[in-house]
Amino acid sequence: MEKKNRKGSVLFSEYKRGEGIKKAITAARENILFEIRESKLKGRGGAGFPTATKWTLVSAASSEEKYVICNADEGEPGTFKDRVLLLEYPELVFDGMVIAGYVLGAKSGILYLRGEYEYMKKPLEDYLESMREDNLLGKNILGKKGFDFEIKIRMGSGAYVCGEETALIESLEGNRGEARNRPPFPVTTGFLGKPTTVNNVETLASVSHIVIKGGEWFRKYGTDKSTGSKLFSVSGDCEKPGVYELPWGTKISELLKLVGAKDTKAVQIGGASGVCVPKSQFERTLAYEDIPTGGSIIIFNEKRNMLNVLRNFMEFFVEESCGQCTPCRIGNVKLLEGVEMIENSKYTFSYINQLKELGRSMQVASKCGLGQSSPNSFISILENFKEEVFSGNGGTNGK
Amino acid sequence: MESKDNLRVPGSQKPLVIEKPTDLTTIGGTVSVEINEKKIIVPLGTTILEACKMSGISIPTLCHHEDLCVAGVCRICVVEVEGMRTLQASCAFPITAPMKIKTSTPMVRKARRHIIDLLLSEHYGECYSCFKNGKCELQTLAKEYGVDSYTFGHLDKPKYEIDKSSYSVVRDMSKCILCKRCVRTCIDLQEVGVLEAVNRGEKTHISTFLDKPLSDVICINCGQCINRCPTAALRANDPSDEIWAAIDDPKKHVVIQTAPSPRAAIGEEFGLGAGHSMTRELNTALKRIGFNKVFDTNFTADLTIIEEGTELIIRLYKALVQKEKIALPQFTSCSPGWVKFIEHYYPEYLENLSSAKSPQQMFGALIKTFYAKKAGIDPADVVSVAVMPCSAKKFECNRPEMNSSGYKDVDYGLTTRELARMIREAGINLPEMPKSDFDNPFGEASGAGLIFGATGGVMEAAIRSVVEFVLGKKAEDIFEKANIIPLRGFDGIKYLEIPIGDKVGPVPEIIQHLIPNWDWLKGATLKIAVAHGTANAKKIMDNIKAGGKFSECHFIEFMACPGGCLGGGGQPIPTTPEIRKLRAKAIYAEDESLELRKSHENPHVVQIYKEFLTEGPCGHLSHKLLHTHYTKRGRYIA
Repeated sequence: MEKKNRKGSVLFSEYKRGEGIKKAITAARENILFEIRESKLKGRGGAGFPTATKWTLVSAASSEEKYVICNADEGEPGTFKDRVLLLEYPELVFDGMVIAGYVLGAKSGILYLRGEYEYMKKPLEDYLESMREDNLLGKNILGKKGFDFEIKIRMGSGAYVCGEETALIESLEGNRGEARNRPPFPVTTGFLGKPTTVNNVETLASVSHIVIKGGEWFRKYGTDKSTGSKLFSVSGDCEKPGVYELPWGTKISELLKLVGAKDTKAVQIGGASGVCVPKSQFERTLAYEDIPTGGSIIIFNEKRNMLNVLRNFMEFFVEESCGQCTPCRIGNVKLLEGVEMIENSKYTFSYINQLKELGRSMQVASKCGLGQSSPNSFISILENFKEEVFSGNGGTNGK
Repeated sequence: MESKDNLRVPGSQKPLVIEKPTDLTTIGGTVSVEINEKKIIVPLGTTILEACKMSGISIPTLCHHEDLCVAGVCRICVVEVEGMRTLQASCAFPITAPMKIKTSTPMVRKARRHIIDLLLSEHYGECYSCFKNGKCELQTLAKEYGVDSYTFGHLDKPKYEIDKSSYSVVRDMSKCILCKRCVRTCIDLQEVGVLEAVNRGEKTHISTFLDKPLSDVICINCGQCINRCPTAALRANDPSDEIWAAIDDPKKHVVIQTAPSPRAAIGEEFGLGAGHSMTRELNTALKRIGFNKVFDTNFTADLTIIEEGTELIIRLYKALVQKEKIALPQFTSCSPGWVKFIEHYYPEYLENLSSAKSPQQMFGALIKTFYAKKAGIDPADVVSVAVMPCSAKKFECNRPEMNSSGYKDVDYGLTTRELARMIREAGINLPEMPKSDFDNPFGEASGAGLIFGATGGVMEAAIRSVVEFVLGKKAEDIFEKANIIPLRGFDGIKYLEIPIGDKVGPVPEIIQHLIPNWDWLKGATLKIAVAHGTANAKKIMDNIKAGGKFSECHFIEFMACPGGCLGGGGQPIPTTPEIRKLRAKAIYAEDESLELRKSHENPHVVQIYKEFLTEGPCGHLSHKLLHTHYTKRGRYIA
């Protein structure tokens, strides 16, 4: 777990292990919540739910048992920033969990680690052990009487849907990874029926900085509605793929320049469940108020066949739908069949339009975020790359 | 149902049950909602679906079922809630704050139509060649929403092979729409847990353990899943073709026995509301179809009371007087679903199970011996059919041990639904039939046998006889009109103590050879319990295992199905708590209208012990024909 020299003004800025915890336990819980509310921090997994609101609900819930879950299922295609945070900046993530434990009155934390990250389990457990040695975990943390907190690591088993917080909780409880009905929300009825906060790795890492440097400092970065910075996992057709920390509000064109992308035709923002942005929209910004994202940026240059891209995404969703609700289970199959029809030049526009309508129904009628977002790429690619996709030669004009 | 707190239900299907306040006038006890611009006030925690129902708006449902926990997976019941980006499943959304709901917007209608189209694209078969035609919930929805073509295609060949391995339940998974009602029925309602969804995405399907045939897993054949399946994916194993063939064969003498529960429910198959008993109309219809004789299963229900009651007395006498080690409490054994449940789940308690056969099987043995001889017919030519509310009865009559007459005692178990179809096929409108009586030599039976159909009924029938036997008093002197109210109703578990007191009566003649007097019961308290639905049975069994209060009981009635036989897996679909209540009402009303209401007073029963079973109850011939043994099956099947 060696730190690379990463540059960034917020997340990758200076932070010493344990200092967030040290400062937090000297403050009143309400004050920390206040700072987080001031920072306007929103969930970094993609959905963008205000962290302070989530934590306020959990801290207000009356229960002896509460849980802090760090969602490290990082399953969105094209995302690998949590891996960087966990391997290189574990202090940010785990300190964030301990701070959450303090603020919410929880004694247990669980790191739900993506199944494919099993190789990280041992180093992370060693790291937790060293935190225990320094009394950053365990009983009476840093001498604070009555403040006990422990973190366990639990492995996922490779299901994409388990990144959805209620499916993640189901998986933790040993059940099929299927999203629950909401309400009730995890903040009142979560893991084992107890109040639970499920936060993304990056969200918790941000908290550690906010505790030290304050909400106002955090708010200086980004835009008014999207405060702070964001880690972007950049992959695809560019010279310098990797993890970048950029303030919210960065234009797509700026990012492309930074990573050395040339002849870019399209950028998939937000992974398979995100949207595909064409060249004409590269002046749009990465922000909750414009194009919200969990950080996955996949760049496609002129040589790429967008129908292939779409096919890849749809195959992914057909494979990863948990299969419990009708719109997602069957709907994604129908969308994929639609892609195949276009590939084989065996489609009618009226049917493709019906499929787009179906996609819109899936967006509102599916049980969880998976089915609600899976039609995004179908709709955006077919609309934004109409000419290429429906070129009449079966969409194989990608050269 | 008392099984909502069951931990085996996955959280994704756990309902958010908000305790509805008992006093609605308290502040926060109610909440005001606006549905399609009409305001109504509902108790806090009412689901959107319930609230819509209260304001007279019907919302389509598929995965929702009144008896089951909430799944929220079919998504057909979605509605628009103001301020929410996505549509909400009304079955799974409890109202805790004022909200504005719209149930028929373009977005809602389109989403519902899409869901129906998607389900149809994966649902194999054509309606006209489907046994569920006219009763399929998917078909009904397709009609309501004006589906006139397969927008997203249609399967041209089945996805799965039909599993016909079970004597009771046939699974045709190509017709499954994955509503998971069967899964929730099996895990939550019955706590058997044979069915579960496996794989994910389009490969998701409902599976048994390792996808084994149903006959090779620990299915108890209760058929509750069939009663709740919205399509034709689950059905009972239908023997009606064989029965028609027997009827059409002039050499065969085809007799049928009718159980009380089908008679109380079959009217529903002919458009009557629940709770119309069709007993005597059915007699006529069966004769017109071509059955040679129609017998009343209640006759052997009466006989069961005598045999099982005697067995209980013998057990108690051995335990209390002779100080023998004998298994108590005694469990009833007339529910074949329950019998298979205990064989799988509590095989160490098989000694407690009464060795008396169920009324169906007792009758089967008597028909091919006593009756065949009396009528001068070769038992080989007798085809014995039993119309039962039950799918497990099909398995029961195929148990290898059920051939004590030298032949297969009961040839076919027929469900209420299957019989109704046969009657329709014969062009008969049942409610219009004139009434007629049962055939001799068994004739009419008692009301005690009749109430076997409702949970608590076997116990009530037994107690009516036991108190008269032991106390020498009329049951009416102890219980008003001989109605034992604490044993009635749909509480999952019922418990009753009956103090014997100091005064006992003379031992009735029929069991005088077994015990000398009742003095040994003086001052004792008879403790009895009743459970219906195997989830409740499990509670009692676990309590007994832990040495709790039910281990002190003397006699416990268990029925596999919620509500008892009247809620059986062979009964008309749909089934709801309300429908079961009405069927019970019909059964109890019929009992009260009868002159003869106690098994031991049934003159035909008295006669058969004089004429045929001359060694009396639990005698040698009784044991051969009317009693059976059980198999330790355990939870694993090799």
